Amino acid sequence: MKNILLYSALLIFGLVAPFLFPAFKMQISFLWILIILAMTWDVQGGQMGYNTFGNILFFGIGMYLCAGIQIGMFFPLAEWTISGGEKTFVHTPTQYFQGFFVGLIFAGIVPALVAGLIGYGILGLRGHYFAICTLALGIAAGEIAGGIELIGAGQGMTSPPWPKNIGDTELRSEFFYYICLVLMIATFVFLQWAYKTRFGLVLNAIRDNEDKAEAMGIYTMRYKIIGWVVSAFFVGMAGGLMGNMVGYIEPTEIAFAGPTFGVFMVLMAILGGKGTLWGPVIGATVFHIFKEGFWTFFLGWQYVALGILIVVIVVFFPEGIMGWFREKYPEKFGEVIDEADRKAQVELK
Amino acid sequence: MDLLIFKAPILMVQASMDGILIGILFALIAYGMALQWGVMNIINIAQGELVIMGGYVAYFMYVIGIHPAFGVIVAPIIMYFVGVGLYKLVINKVVDRDLFISILATFGISILTQQLMNFIFGSDVVVAQSNFGTTMLFDNSVTLPNSKIFSALVSVIVAIVLVIYMKKSKLGRAIRATAQNARAAKILGVDTEKVYAATFGINAALCGVAGACIAITFTLHPYVGLPYTVRSFMIVILAGLGNLPGVALSGMALGVFEEFADYLLGTEFRIGAVFLLLVLILVYRRFKLSRKREYLK
Repeated sequence: MKNILLYSALLIFGLVAPFLFPAFKMQISFLWILIILAMTWDVQGGQMGYNTFGNILFFGIGMYLCAGIQIGMFFPLAEWTISGGEKTFVHTPTQYFQGFFVGLIFAGIVPALVAGLIGYGILGLRGHYFAICTLALGIAAGEIAGGIELIGAGQGMTSPPWPKNIGDTELRSEFFYYICLVLMIATFVFLQWAYKTRFGLVLNAIRDNEDKAEAMGIYTMRYKIIGWVVSAFFVGMAGGLMGNMVGYIEPTEIAFAGPTFGVFMVLMAILGGKGTLWGPVIGATVFHIFKEGFWTFFLGWQYVALGILIVVIVVFFPEGIMGWFREKYPEKFGEVIDEADRKAQVELK
Repeated sequence: MDLLIFKAPILMVQASMDGILIGILFALIAYGMALQWGVMNIINIAQGELVIMGGYVAYFMYVIGIHPAFGVIVAPIIMYFVGVGLYKLVINKVVDRDLFISILATFGISILTQQLMNFIFGSDVVVAQSNFGTTMLFDNSVTLPNSKIFSALVSVIVAIVLVIYMKKSKLGRAIRATAQNARAAKILGVDTEKVYAATFGINAALCGVAGACIAITFTLHPYVGLPYTVRSFMIVILAGLGNLPGVALSGMALGVFEEFADYLLGTEFRIGAVFLLLVLILVYRRFKLSRKREYLK
């Protein structure tokens, strides 16, 4: 009952927020994207114990793919990138929305396929080898995207602009706001459900001791790949959305942005408390408020502040906000073994 | 294939020579990485930034009018203290913890130092002119800048001195003892805290030497540190910890690979090729080990 109240209050807040804070519409949309990134990172980093720096790969693939499909469905892509996009070609509203939804779906599916394909090789690595390998993967993708002429090379490309004849920019930000909100809720609900099933238990078993999990007869590789595919799907969609919201795609600063979004997602999940459902959500919210609220004070010094923040959080506060709550008030926030959990455990036997 | 390198095979000699000379520098950086990894069990993502910082020391000397080649003496001294300071501030808190914590913490340091260097030296690509001239080989068809030969020689000398120091000196013995078993070393009266600080300092000093060499042979830029980290990581996993000939060989092999990738794929894919190679090596080793039901540790 308490939970239903909490969820409905949050849902109502999400629905009316663009009218309550019209000036922060875009900022709150970015917050939903960041929550998606943090939650999907937590599938690997928190629940499975595989600390990845490479989820940014799927973010970038989704971003380029969504924009590429939106353009390529109606116009020649090469000419678009050469001419700087919107100056030569104009999407009609129908074309825009057709392209957007088809692109968004592909931005989810293709990264998921990529994750499935490379997963078998890369998820066999463990610990820091996995971390460094995925770090290299993300940066390699950025460098390679920066060398491909078709998608604008190092200059980047513009994603299709909002068709002017159906409404102003207010309508545009509301449209993207609700798409982001829907995607965020879908991610949350899906992961909440998934963590309660056998899948979630297996992920935790892998985190606790992979060798033992394997000895128990669980084919861990399958679950690791499924986990990565799920992450890639949602991250890819978030990337596609992000590309449209920013309106401009650049290989190393926006799409495969290891030092910004790639680190943000790790940091947010750790700040909130990794391995918990609510941790990444709280972490992303706190981080986003901190970032947007204080970034202006550090003008020019953002990355110095970010570096210090990373060191401080990781070294002095690795258990995160939820972890701290758990330790302080175990009766309220500690692990509760409920009926559903117990049933799932019985099934496992 | 109408690539230049197949039309003019002498370019292969050029690429190999360039690759070997730069590979020795990579091996020097990787040696520092292996040292701290073996002794302190941390992976330092900020390794590349230490290199670039050492390079900027040499560049600063060049700007104020001292010949930048003296940077190979000054940079390690300054970098040693930077390394010890960094250890006292942050690294000592991540030594005994999960490797991922050290990766992420040093990642934070790397972002921080990149930005600080950007403030101090600007974001332009800079180079410290050494005016050493060039050596011509094979009827002037292969050109080798003397600065590259100089830096390779310096690296070899530094590596030899370090190996002898590690074998003979008291600190070297203490470092090796700590690497083998930190607890036992502590019981036998080794001040492991001091050993760790010295190890990180020596690593930073090695990075300083390599950085000063890079400043006179190549270009410097605040944001190019990460490729050096990845290269040294790659060399270490190829060669294994504490295998100096292996480190030297794989460093040179990596250098040659890079030069060939540069000619074959184009300069814009050079860094991408390095990063992809790391992924491929790791995946290859994982498949090889998984036949024996093992994994990379």
